[in-house]
Formats: sequence, structure tokens, C-alpha cells
Amino acid sequence: MSDESRDKTFSLPVLGQMNRRTAMKGVGATLGLAAFGAAISPLANFREQTSIDEFLQKHFKEMTDEDKRAVFARIEKETKEKYGADVTVRDHRPIPGVRFAYAINLSLCNGNGNCVEACHRENNHDRDTNQSYIRVFEMPKGTTDTEHGTTQYDHTVPQEGKYYLPVQCFQCDDPPCVDVCPVEATWQEEDGIVVVDYNWCIGCRYCQAACPYHARRFNWKQPNVPAEEVNPDQGYMSNRIRPAGVVEKCHFCMHRTREGRQPACLEACPTGARIFGNMLDPDSDISWVLRNKRCFVLKEDLGTVPTLFYFFD
Amino acid sequence: MSVSCTSCHANFEPNLRTRSGDELTEFHQGLHFDHGGMTCVSCHHADNYNALRTADGSQLAYENVQHMCAQCHAPEARDFERGAHGGMTGYWDRSRGPQHRKSCIDCHDPHSPAFPHMKPMFKPFDRFLSPPHD
Repeated sequence: MSDESRDKTFSLPVLGQMNRRTAMKGVGATLGLAAFGAAISPLANFREQTSIDEFLQKHFKEMTDEDKRAVFARIEKETKEKYGADVTVRDHRPIPGVRFAYAINLSLCNGNGNCVEACHRENNHDRDTNQSYIRVFEMPKGTTDTEHGTTQYDHTVPQEGKYYLPVQCFQCDDPPCVDVCPVEATWQEEDGIVVVDYNWCIGCRYCQAACPYHARRFNWKQPNVPAEEVNPDQGYMSNRIRPAGVVEKCHFCMHRTREGRQPACLEACPTGARIFGNMLDPDSDISWVLRNKRCFVLKEDLGTVPTLFYFFD
Repeated sequence: MSVSCTSCHANFEPNLRTRSGDELTEFHQGLHFDHGGMTCVSCHHADNYNALRTADGSQLAYENVQHMCAQCHAPEARDFERGAHGGMTGYWDRSRGPQHRKSCIDCHDPHSPAFPHMKPMFKPFDRFLSPPHD
């Protein structure tokens, strides 16, 4: 080996000595280090955002009642620290013999959006983004293809030639979002509600991609809710304030409906377009509607078997 | 103003032809009427203005107004009976708590019952269409 080639082989990226190739290597290494540093920076904040207890928390289905009590107490404490609000976090279990169904009368719905706001307040959504589990499409009559609709209308409603289509999670009986979750952070419970364990969700957003109704939402940041506006009646898998970086969705106001109450969006509707109840009870309002109105579901051909129905009358 | 209807109407001979407040010279002038081709006494009882008048001429208390409306609006009355028309609050499971049903006139002005136009007041911000935010 010649002296010249040995110099090249062992030259270090020191000023005044390097050629172009080694300079680029140096730049590359520096950029690489910077990128690596940026990539792992969430780990540096990990301890602030996630306590050891939360990190070691079990999957919801594997938690004992004792575990749950500890977890709920921790969440209540963290909510007090972060938001300054005294809240109660509970675990609402399905009522035996109940299978929820929801129906919306599109002949009555006029797109006023009170349901959207009621959801926003009830479920402790982020105030900065006006987040809500409901979006209302203004649709031209004659189609249910939401490609032809808009959620951004701001004129008086209803408009001639339009109808209004509120879309939220349909609590599908064959939910594609559950199929794709790689960590089983979301599942369907006995009363039909598809739930999310926000502490188990890794935020991969596969479920968002799988949902044909765009019903799932991703928390891009920690929700901002003023202390005086926090709804203190909270459920672990329903309306407690969600962490950043997890997916959430409509849960039929589980913390209300599993206690026999109506969902917040129904109570807020000034047109009476919403009917909710137990479809296994043949005498319930919702059963009567399902038997006597010409109910349909959105994108029936996809085979998702929604349990939120629409009808015109 | 909460004065019993009869405090005035006991001293007035009812005009069976009056169709709207616009025809009157005293009281009720601002009452806009847009509800079919009826007269005041089609629904208000000429013998007792503290009661409503059903189609067979009998008296009906104001708080039972839904039976009045049901005489003409049968499909709505049927749906109302089944909890499929008119809003409500409270419990879907009535074994666990009360349910508060709205009455017809909570949402519909009986003199002009068409549901009003509304302004949508609340919108989630669309990340791509709305003005930017943090």
C-alpha cells in the first residue's frame, strides 16, 4: 500500500486535512446524530408524561377490581394536577340483557349542530380544536355518498334541496377498527359498544384507517379543557380526558347510558330526531322505530353491521 | 303576563269568525297566525277560555294539549306516543329513573307551528379548511 492511499484510508475529518468525501461523511454523521436525537426525544419526556405505574399497568381485561381502583385513583389525581379539576373516574359495565341501538330521523334533523356541541362538552373534548365525536354533513337530496356533502356549511338551516346527516361511531357489530388493532386496545362489549382502553392504545392509528365512517379521532396533543368546564362524571373508557397520542371515538355516552340515562347528543337535540334504547327489549322506543320505520345504515355493502340507524318518515 | 284568560274574556262576546290577531283592535294584535284555515275558537273554547276545545266541542285542559294536536296530526301523535317524535331528557330505561318528554308546544308555536330555521352554532375546526390554530 502506497503512502498516499494509507493517508486517504486513515484520514480523519479534521479541518484543513479532509477531502470532499470525508467532509460529507462528517456532515452525514452529524445530521444522523441530530435526527437520532430528535427521534428519541420523546423518550426524554417519557417520565413526565407517563408514570411508572401507568407504564406497568395491565390490559383492562386483565385488571382486578383492586387494580382498577388504583388506576382510577391515579387518573383522578393526575387530572387534579394537570387540569385542577376534581373528577370521579368509574368503570361502567354493560347492563345484562341490553343491546344498544340508536336511530336518527333524517326528516327531522335540520343540521343545527347542538348534538356536536353537547358531545364536545360532555366528553371533555379539546377546546382549542372544538373536537367532537359527531360531524353533521349537509347533503344534496338523492344520495348518501358523503363525498357530495359538506360539514362546513354556516348558513341558516335547513336549506332547500338539502338534508342533514349526522355521522358518529356506528358501534358496528363487525367492527373493522377492532380487527386491525395490533395490541387489542379496542374491542366490542356485550351491549354492542366498541370501547378503547386509552392507556393501552399505542396511537398507531390503524383503526382510523380501517373505519369506513371516519368515526375515530386522534389526539394530536393533550386536550385543553378549563377546570371549570371539565365534566367531573367520568368513565375510564368513555369521557375521561384522554392522553395525547391515542385514538378515541364515540362510546354512546357509556358513562350515562350504562346507568340508564340518555346520551348527551340526544338530550341536546332540539328537533327530537334522535331515538336511543335497548333493542333487545321489544317494548322499547328504539325497537318500535326499528320495526315500524324504514331504517337503513350507512355503507351497508361493507358488511360492518352498524347499530346506529337512519330513517326518513 | 300571567292573567287568567277569563278575566277579560268573561266580559267579551266571542267573535267566532276571528282568524288572526291582526284583525283585532285591542289585545293579541301581534299574534301571528299561520296554522291552517282555522279560527281562534277552533282550538280555544268559546264558553271557557281557560280550556281548549276539541273537535267534539268538549273542554280540554291546556296541559293536555297533545290530545288537541293529535286530532289532526295522527302520524306525529302515534310517533310521539312511541317516543319517536319530540325530544326528551332523562332515562332511556324508565325502571332506573324518570324521562321528561317535551310536549308539542315546547317545540312548535301552536299559532305558527312550522319548525323555525336555525343557525348552526358550533363546528369542530377542520384541520385543512379552517383558519390555522396551534
